[in-house]
Amino acid sequence: MIAEAGLAALWIAAALAALQAFLGLGALRSGGEQLLRAVRPVAVAQAVMTLTSFAALVWLFWRTDLSVKLVAEDSATTVPALYRIAGTWGNHEGSMLLWVTILAIAGAAVALLERRLPERTLAATIAAQGVIALGFFAFLLFSSNPFARLETAPAEGNGFNPLLQDPGLAFHPPTLYVGYVGLSVAFSFAVGALLTRDVGPAFAKAMRPWVLGAWVFLTLGITAGSYWAYYELGWGGWWFWDPTENASLMPWLAATALLHSVTVLATRDGLRAWTVMLAVVAFSMSMVGTFLVRSGILTSVHAFALDPRRGAFILVLLALYIGGALALFGARIATVAEGNRFDPVSREGALVVNNLLLSVILGLVLIGTLYPLAAESLTGEKLSVGPPYFNATAGPLALILVAVMAAGPVMRWRRDELAKVARRIAIPAVLTIVALALALLLAPGLHVLPLLGLALAAGVAAASVAPLWKRNLRRTPFFTWGMVVAHLGVAVSLAGMASESAFTKETLVAARPGETVTVGPYAVRFAAIDPLPSGNYTAVQATLIATRGAGAPIILQPQQRTFDNPPQTTSESAIATRWDGQLYTVVGEPVPGGRWQLRLWWKPFVTLIWAGGALIALGGALSLIGRSLPRRRAIVESSGYARFG
Amino acid sequence: MSLRTIRILLWLPLVGFLIVLGLVLSGLIKPHDTSVRSQMVGKPLPAFALRSARPGQPPLASASFADGKVRLVNIFASWCVPCVVEMPQLAQLKQAGVVIEGIASRDKPADSLAFLQRNGDPYDRIGDDSTSAVQIAIGSSGVPETYVVDGKGIIRAQHIGPIQPQDVADILAAVKDAR
Repeated sequence: MIAEAGLAALWIAAALAALQAFLGLGALRSGGEQLLRAVRPVAVAQAVMTLTSFAALVWLFWRTDLSVKLVAEDSATTVPALYRIAGTWGNHEGSMLLWVTILAIAGAAVALLERRLPERTLAATIAAQGVIALGFFAFLLFSSNPFARLETAPAEGNGFNPLLQDPGLAFHPPTLYVGYVGLSVAFSFAVGALLTRDVGPAFAKAMRPWVLGAWVFLTLGITAGSYWAYYELGWGGWWFWDPTENASLMPWLAATALLHSVTVLATRDGLRAWTVMLAVVAFSMSMVGTFLVRSGILTSVHAFALDPRRGAFILVLLALYIGGALALFGARIATVAEGNRFDPVSREGALVVNNLLLSVILGLVLIGTLYPLAAESLTGEKLSVGPPYFNATAGPLALILVAVMAAGPVMRWRRDELAKVARRIAIPAVLTIVALALALLLAPGLHVLPLLGLALAAGVAAASVAPLWKRNLRRTPFFTWGMVVAHLGVAVSLAGMASESAFTKETLVAARPGETVTVGPYAVRFAAIDPLPSGNYTAVQATLIATRGAGAPIILQPQQRTFDNPPQTTSESAIATRWDGQLYTVVGEPVPGGRWQLRLWWKPFVTLIWAGGALIALGGALSLIGRSLPRRRAIVESSGYARFG
Repeated sequence: MSLRTIRILLWLPLVGFLIVLGLVLSGLIKPHDTSVRSQMVGKPLPAFALRSARPGQPPLASASFADGKVRLVNIFASWCVPCVVEMPQLAQLKQAGVVIEGIASRDKPADSLAFLQRNGDPYDRIGDDSTSAVQIAIGSSGVPETYVVDGKGIIRAQHIGPIQPQDVADILAAVKDAR
């Protein structure tokens, strides 16, 4: 019954979405204010129904109801409790339902909380949200029904993908989805504003908290995902430029650009068309990214099965939504009055450079991600685009972007003088040069990107706290703190990336128990190897004892796990975190002669990558608080300094 | 820029999106060819010398191909089920007068010979490619694959997967072309 109830709830939610779109559009007409009042409860009811449906699916997975096709295919009674719940979104249908649930909740939140937007724009926004939701409800109901039953229930399910059996699954996809789908609000805002031609500071101020919120979650989701891949895959890398990763990076790049341009619109009423464009692009990237991955269109290059009906359905949705929004943009934006102009040397100017660089990086990542598809379509040639392309193209631009980031916050709005800006960033600039000289002296022979990365990280860390210079810290508004913390996070993360790529030490050996190998500053003794039976897998566990100098020994126990259902082997790395880096160990296959493959890495300051990511998200959260709390605005507005999204 | 130009430029994002859409659509509807074509077709065989899987027989060396005779090079393995499927067709080709050289990929000679005892042995010589190094050098990504090599030792054609009864005529035509 639960499955049928979940399906019914989904149908009702779809009907409510249709009603929401209808009422919202009706409210656009003159005399439609009553309809607008009716549309809010409809949006909330839709969210409640979708949530009910999602809860039903979680329940079915939790109870392992094998008469439900999805449960039988992707779970089993032997799956540990945590993954019987998290497993709900560890498959196509379930993750789509999660996606739609978050979309419905976002729509309800707009309907409930949004008070700043002009009424007509709000009506159009809610209508747009309803139309988007309707399409994805249709997708779920017609081609990805998670509640389909089997004629006869099997005795046992197919089990759950061992690679996903990790606590990371419980929070990584939901966080990322909140980010992806949160951007739908910005998209709907943009569509709403295009419909009513009302693009201005009020619109930007209303949109900004939504963008910030989505961006914080997106940042957290990407950071967490990176760390998850780092320790779970056992390859020692933290970013692989895989299509799935790019799918999350592209919306983030667009959202980061949007975050900055929306500030120009809110503060200076400039960049009107551009901000609307970015709002459309950000969510479009979420959709394109999610569905390139979800539909298997991209992974089909690697010969995975693809249901063409599903892919076609998604494409139609994308064509309607993105094509529709872009067509609306082409038709309407010229009739939106032009915003304020500004001097090239100004805060706005720096933000435009930020936006251009982010957009170019986004374009490069998009081209790299789609190129294999294009090549196969046009020439029939099969190829894949890997890290060398992305690092060589996006890397240098990202460094320039970081350098601009150092100067932007100390520039004045409207107009500034180069000489004065130079004086304000003199200390960070000197610091960069000193760091560069030190790196050249102490660690000769570094590659150019890590070298510049290290030097810039030092300068940018100093520059990012410059906006606090000579300020009363207690009266500094939250959003200035937010900007400072986020920019500092970028510097911290950059330092981690540069250090990891410059100084990582790697040892790959086939060792017998009792032997000692060295990696970086550590001597690692291969003490023992033992079988270790566990719930739904059998592990072989190596015991490694690492010592550095006279320090206390660290015991590391990496495992090689063999799962029974489905049969698959995964490497479980063991990582020791110290203040100055991580010792990363993996045990691999046995080698004839009683030896085992050991992969050991010493990664100095690698943790800074994720610490920086967390700081960036924290900065976003501080800004969000600053933008949502009752303002202490008068002071800030007059200083004209350091105001940021 | 005139207002007119700007108005036209505003449609560019839509155009860009439609191009991407078309691309994805073509990727979606085009039947997927998952086989990997060898880059070596049209090029001489890579240099190799494999010891024979049959005890006491001469090795299979790339140098011996440039004697004016067209040959088939068939990559097989005892652990490969589709290889069983194509054995009758290989026998048919041998009867038609085609010389077939075998390359046993990732196999033990004893296993290869037992396989041939069960399914018939169409091969002139058999090279023991236990590490599949030669298979990879030829540009083969799987087992079975069959290559037509002309009298100068140049690879002229590639057949991926088992040779089915309906493929025999094509292979004979390719052999004739290579003469």
